[in-house]
Amino acid sequence: MARLPERLGTVYKGGQGQWSWALHRISGVAVLLFLFVHIADTALVGFGPKFYNQVVHAYHNPVIRLLEIGLAAMVLFHALNGLRIILIDFFPKMADYHKQLFQIVVGLYIVLIVPAVFFMGRGFIRSL
Amino acid sequence: MAIATKPRTAAQARERASSSFELWTWYFMRISGLLLVFLVLGHFTIVHLIGGGIDRVDFAFVSGRWSNPLWQVWDWLMLFLGLLHGTNGMKTIINEYVHRAGARVALKSTLYVLTLIFILLGTAVILTFDPNKGHSTVLQSLGLLK
Repeated sequence: MARLPERLGTVYKGGQGQWSWALHRISGVAVLLFLFVHIADTALVGFGPKFYNQVVHAYHNPVIRLLEIGLAAMVLFHALNGLRIILIDFFPKMADYHKQLFQIVVGLYIVLIVPAVFFMGRGFIRSL
Repeated sequence: MAIATKPRTAAQARERASSSFELWTWYFMRISGLLLVFLVLGHFTIVHLIGGGIDRVDFAFVSGRWSNPLWQVWDWLMLFLGLLHGTNGMKTIINEYVHRAGARVALKSTLYVLTLIFILLGTAVILTFDPNKGHSTVLQSLGLLK
């Protein structure tokens, strides 16, 4: 097989590498958009109780609670996959185990997202 | 498929970085990312999951937290590192997908201005918040409070 040019080193062709790369970008953009909204609403605290209490009260509706669950799903993936990237970048030998590392990310993700969805799901059901 | 899975080592990052700033951002993304994992997941667990989650979040709740310098520093670090980490990631995406130079510059400029405004606003609100007065003192000094 012809060797790909060196500068194409980060091009993936399917597999976990490609999917984790795409999900890392999508979750990153989603979290950044949320961050702008969250900073804007929390900044209202600086203006006193009136506006902030109005806004957080409005946040207690079911739609926002579903978005909160979505946010947790995005943040947790970005965090765990980010740790995998950092590990491989600083310890290149870990690349030999990249499949196992991705399996660990998926395993930890499931272990952590289930209780998170349970807690937020309770709030969602109560808010209906 | 050795090439496809070849990691970007720090040495490679040094070789390929088009400027020392780009190399600096390579390190920044990894160091800030590592810190943000703990800051953000800790914040999310404490504020969104345990103790009743967002149901008990209101002005009194945030005011109580910001009377403790630990949470002020925690929240400020999340604000600062989160915005810079997110903005730098977005810059990479814009550079890769927006091919027209004018649109690329316009998008990145908007992003940077927005980020600067949010860093200034968030920093002012968090670090000058006075739980006894019930607002951030800098906002009063600027005449933004009635």
